[in-house]
Order: sequence, then structure tokens, then C-alpha cells
Amino acid sequence: MARLALLLRLARRSVLRNRRRTLIILVAISVALWAMIFFAALTRGWENDVVHNAIFTLTGHLQVHAPGYRDDPSVDHSMKPPNATVAQLLAGTEVAAWGTRVRVPAVVMSEHDTAGVTLVGIDPAAERGLSFIADAVHTGRYLDSPDDRGILIGRALADRLGTGVGKRVVVMSQAADHSVADRGFRVVGLFEGDREATEMAYVFVGRRTAMTMLKLGSRVSELAVMLRDRRQLPAFLARLRTAASGLDVQPWTTLEPMAQAMVALGQAWIWMFFVVMYVAMAFGLVNTMLMAVMERTREFGMLQALGMRPRLILIQVVFESCFLLAAGAAAGIGLAAGTLSLLHGGINLSILAQGAEMWGMGKVIYPAAAVVDVIGATALVVVLGVFSSLYPAWRAARRVPIEAITRN
Amino acid sequence: MSAGTVIRSTSPQRPGLRLYLRLAWRNVWRNPRRTLLTLSAVAFAAVILVFMVSMQLGGYGAMIRGATGVFTGDLQVQAEGYHAKQRLRTAIADASSVEARVAAVPGVTAVSSRAQAFALVSSATRTYGGMIVGVDPAKEPSVSTIPRTIRKGRYLSGATSDEAVVGQALASNLSLTVGDEITVLGQGLDGSLAVAVLKVVGIFSSGVPELDRQTVEMPLASFQSAFLLGDRVHAIVVRTGGLEAVPHVAGLIRAAIANRPGLTVLRWDQLLEGLKQGIAMDAAVGWFLYTALVLVVTFSILNTFLMSVLERTREFGVFLALGTRPRILGRVVILESVILLLLGLAIGTLAGAGITAYAGVHGIAFSSSEELLAQWSLPARIYPRLDLLSVTLGPAAILLATLVAALFPARRIRRLRPVDAMKAV
Repeated sequence: MARLALLLRLARRSVLRNRRRTLIILVAISVALWAMIFFAALTRGWENDVVHNAIFTLTGHLQVHAPGYRDDPSVDHSMKPPNATVAQLLAGTEVAAWGTRVRVPAVVMSEHDTAGVTLVGIDPAAERGLSFIADAVHTGRYLDSPDDRGILIGRALADRLGTGVGKRVVVMSQAADHSVADRGFRVVGLFEGDREATEMAYVFVGRRTAMTMLKLGSRVSELAVMLRDRRQLPAFLARLRTAASGLDVQPWTTLEPMAQAMVALGQAWIWMFFVVMYVAMAFGLVNTMLMAVMERTREFGMLQALGMRPRLILIQVVFESCFLLAAGAAAGIGLAAGTLSLLHGGINLSILAQGAEMWGMGKVIYPAAAVVDVIGATALVVVLGVFSSLYPAWRAARRVPIEAITRN
Repeated sequence: MSAGTVIRSTSPQRPGLRLYLRLAWRNVWRNPRRTLLTLSAVAFAAVILVFMVSMQLGGYGAMIRGATGVFTGDLQVQAEGYHAKQRLRTAIADASSVEARVAAVPGVTAVSSRAQAFALVSSATRTYGGMIVGVDPAKEPSVSTIPRTIRKGRYLSGATSDEAVVGQALASNLSLTVGDEITVLGQGLDGSLAVAVLKVVGIFSSGVPELDRQTVEMPLASFQSAFLLGDRVHAIVVRTGGLEAVPHVAGLIRAAIANRPGLTVLRWDQLLEGLKQGIAMDAAVGWFLYTALVLVVTFSILNTFLMSVLERTREFGVFLALGTRPRILGRVVILESVILLLLGLAIGTLAGAGITAYAGVHGIAFSSSEELLAQWSLPARIYPRLDLLSVTLGPAAILLATLVAALFPARRIRRLRPVDAMKAV
């Protein structure tokens, strides 16, 4: 134990002997770690945003459809409302929110223009906590019941159609009997989405109003469910599949394959960057340690001549690089924490909103440092850093005392 | 070492560059292990930067070519205001004469006119909203890849026929096959009902989900008569020799149609603003990563430079005592760093260019994310673009940053006092 304390003291003093050199390598280590953590946090922020958007733009954690609906989302593929067993499941504690919807392609016409949209008939109360729409109304009002006769449209769509709150639009779609269903609605509110595509894609009406318009009877297009905890998804999915046999029950990962692919891509990017930064930093560390060892050849020779075992010299040098790495890592994490807290309010991308949308991002991105990334980056830098300092340490320990002392 | 006397024996005014070089070269190899490590660090950074910058530029090129090639074109002539609000009446009047003028502009390789309107498309059993595009069947293949991506059937044949090609997703939504009839129901220029009954002759799959989901193409002349447009069109789509030529050609076209007020020339980056912004964002993230890498490498090798000066304090003291001017010693030290850096960068750039060239031939496949790439108009294989810019940009940045780092130890020499320096350990 005393020996270890001595080695630690020797190592600490050696590190502090050449402060400038120590400082420079500390900067290299901390900048590397800072960049790793910051980049990971940006990527995670992007992933979170993509996933959050995928789930809250009407997908939920899982959905139930009639077989065939996902390939051909039309009135032809509708289903009966949840039966007793399903309803019992939905009443369970793990379910945070659920709702049934009518969701079909439609055309909306104002006096100026026409646009293709998805007509969504909702239970206004059920959408709270299930999708973005309940909190997205920007002007006017939200729908107040499944029988509401008004329509909610996106701000961007209203702009394009030259319409607004209080004006009338005509919605055309196909009814269950294949006749053309059309109906006039008064615009009661405009909603704002995180993405312009959302504002252009959906119009919302009361679910029962839509069922009447489309002659659906009691049938609906989909059932969306939000769980309290995403981790309960596999178990709940299995139970719901048994309860709703004959129907197509799918998790959001299947319904939104793009979001899933983006997450995988982000993960790969993070690790690629980690490795590159580590290698760049390791060159500097090895070189610094090598120099620190070389200039002390005589010192190490002397220590050995005095009876210090080579193994202990090796440990001393490894300790030195541990000190450097630990201090550099702490500074890097501190820097990253500082940068991230400065960006706590998110990075506003609204001037690049269309570009952000291309990468699946909303108007604001919140960098989010994931614990696994911080630990991963730190472990990579410290553990592999110590590992790469074994070479200089081995060189220091290898010298034969007499040769070492008489050198120079 | 007799270097000191050599310096004194040459012209006292200007000791030759060859001497500096010889001194510097010897010093570089005094500690081969350290030199090799430093070289590797510089070369590694250069390889990464050359490859990544080439990938990035290659990717952007592919995205732009993909996005413009499918439908948008390099340039479009439109009526003022049409891009912001696509109204049927915001059209180019007397289109054939404008098109002829644009086609005559040097640098324009292909021109085709389009008219388009949103309308209801009905098959026997289904009705969907769609974007109906009137195209010139003869010229359209030269500005758009859609005619080449027909999966079933064929492309439009005649200028006045009642034919249509339909996007794959829309066709499946309408449960259509080749040979079926569709009814297009829209609003004509005067507000009256515009109706066209068309025969589906082909189904295309452009790879752009938005187009495949909602587009129907029909002959321009039939479109104009159905929607009562006369000789009006909404866009004259232009292809040029290459993206670099676009701004210049845009200027020429603007001049050629200057006598026609109310027309505007839009470049691809104005037509596809999301793409341009997306690229800008991706580039910004790229610059952040590269800056961090260059910084880390710079600090990593700054220590090497510093040590190689510090460990020679005594030697420098002797030089100074023998009458060598500090300025000259400083130069030799900087020369050493430059030799080291240039060597490292040369190795790295060559290796990076080699790897990139290999990847440029074979492409880098992102097998698992094909669909995702398609969304960004990227092909399944990305071919890095190796050119002067992509090869030199990264290494130049490394050279700049590390040279600044090399100046720092060299400055120390000026402050050395011969006697103190000689006493240094």
C-alpha cells in the first residue's frame, strides 16, 4: 500500500514537472472528449426529435388496423371499434392514452385552391397525451366533441388555400359505398405543427362527423395507443395481438421505419466519430508519454540501480498517463456540460426549417447528452488511452540500469 | 557536430537555404520514433479529412443531381409568384415563343414546358387527389428521369393523345393497372369544371415518394385544352451542362427574356430550398467535426515541436555562442516542422486520395438504410467525389493550424541567452 502511495506521488510529481507539456496534452484530451460528447448530444437530440415526432404525429406507441389498411389506407379497410377484451386491455394501468380514428385520404377545397390531404376524424378528448393535435391549435379553437361540425386545418395549408378561421371549406373523399362523399365544414381553428409537412398533410374533424360523412356506420380506421413507458411495448403488444386477433397490430418501429433507420444511422455516426477522435488524441498521448519517458532515461536507470523493480516503473508511467487522462476527461466533460447547459433552451433552426425538415428535424433541436454516450466516450478515451501508454511505459521499464545511466 | 563552423564559413549575409534544409532534415530524423508518430498523426488526420470531405461533396452532388434530375431540372422559368403560390392562373402566356427564346440561350442543353394543377383523380372504384402535370412527351425525357422509370407499360406517345402515366403509389391507391381509365376532375382557368378522361399507358416509380404518391403526367396540349389554358404553361424546365454552369446560364436566360415582364428565372437551389438548407446544415455539422479533429491533432503534435526545441536548449546555446543569429535558428526549427508536416500531409493525402479513388470506383454501400437514403435523394451507393478541392481542403486546414503551432516553440529560441542555454540540462 505504501509502495502504491509512493508510486502515485512519483507519478504526480512527474506530471507536474513539465507543466506546459502537461497542459498541451490536457487540451488535446479535453477537446477530443468535449467534441465527442457534444456531437453525441447533438445526434441524440436529433434522434429524440425524430422519434418524438414519429410517435406524436398520430402514430402513438402502437396501432391497430384492419388487415390491408397499411398498404391501402382507404375506407375499404375499416374495422369495428375495440371489442370487450381489447377494451379491457386498454383500461389497464400501462396505457396512458388511446383513441380510435377515422383516417382516409381526401381533398380539401377553398374558394381559391384545392389540396390533397389526409382527413382524420378524432375524439378530441382522447387525443390529449396521444398526439400533438390537442396542444397544437394556434388560432381559433380545438374541436370539442366527436360530433363537432367544424374542421381544424394546418396553418401552412390555410395559407396555401387562402382560407382562415370562420371560413368554409369543402372536403371530398370516398364513402364506404364507393360514392363520392363531400361535405362543407367551417374552419374552427388553425394548428401549428413542428414541421410544415404536418401542417400540409392533415385536417381534423370530429370522429362521428367523419363516420357519418363516409357512411362508415360504427367502423373506424385505426386504434392508436400510447403507453406510460415505452419499455412495456413488447409485452403489451403481445397481449394486444392475442386480444385483437384478425387485426393488424403494429408497434411504432414498424409503422415509422424511417425514424428507426435514422436512429440506427445516428448511432453509427456517433461511434465512427468517437473512434476517429480517439485515434487523433492517442497519437498525441503516446508521443507525449514517450518523450516524457525518453528524457528521463537516466532517472529510470538510477531508480532501477537503487533497486526499484521494472514492473513498478511501468506502473508509475501508467499512473502518469492515468493522471493526464483523468484530468483531461474531467475537463472535457466539464466543457461539454458547460456547452450543453448554454444550449439548454435548444438550438433554434427556424431559419433553416426546410433544411431541418429534410433531415427529419423540427424547428428546435435540443441537444441531449445520453449517459451511455458520455460513459462510452470517457471509457474509450481513458481505458484505451491507458492501454496505449503501455508502450512508452514498457520502454521506460525495459532499460538495463548501467546502459541507462551512462547514456548521453 | 560541425554545423556551427559550417554556418560561419558561408556568406555572413545569407546562409543558403540548402544548408537550412540539411540541418532541418537531420534534426527531423534525430529521433525517428517520435518523428514517425508525429507523421502518423498528421497523415491520419489528412486521410480522414480527404476521405470525409470527398464523401460529403460526393454525397451533396448526388443529392442535388438526384433531386434536380427526377423532376425539378437545373433551372425553371416561371411566372412571378408561381413558386410561392401555385395558382393555375399564375402562368406564362405565349409560352412557345418564350420556350424558343430560352432554348436558344447558350449553355442550355434541354428545355421542356409544363403546366400543372391539383385535381381529383378517379378510377373505377377509387378517388384520390393528385397533381396533374401536362408535359411535352417528346421533350420531357431530356429534362426528367420519370419517363425512364416506367415500371409497367410505356411513356406518353403523342402530343395530343388522351394518355396518362401515373405514379406507382397513386396507381396502387387507385387500384389501377395499365389500360385502365381515369377521370381527372379539376378547375379550369375560368373557374369552370375541367374534365379529362385518360387512359393509363404506364406506371412510373421515380424513387421520390412525394412524386410517386401524387403525380399524373399527361400530354401538355391535352392538359391545356382540358384546363382552358390556351398557350399558357407554368414552368419552362431547363437543363444545363452541369451545376457549376447554372448561375451563369440563369443570368443569360434572364437577359434573353428581359423584354417579357412578369417572368422569373429560378435556380435549383431556389426551387428546392429545403435541399439547399439541408446541405448547409449537414456541412455545418461536418465543419464542427473537422475543426475538432484538426484541433486535437494540432495540440497532439504541438508537444512534439515543443519538446524537440526544449531538449536542444544546450545545443542552441552553443550555436548562439558561436555567433549564429537566433533568427536563423528559429528558421531552421520552423523548417523542421514544415518538413515534418509536408511529409505527413503528403503521405496522408496520397493515402486518402487512394482510398477515396478506390471508393469512388466501387461506391460505398449503405445497405441497411436504402429507403432512408432515397428520402434524401441519395442512391444506395455513394461515390465520393475526388477533385482538387476535396483533396486539398482538409490537408490545407491541417497545415495552417499546425504551422501556427510550430511558430510557438520557434519563438522561444529568440529569448535564449547563450550562457544560460548552455547550462541547461
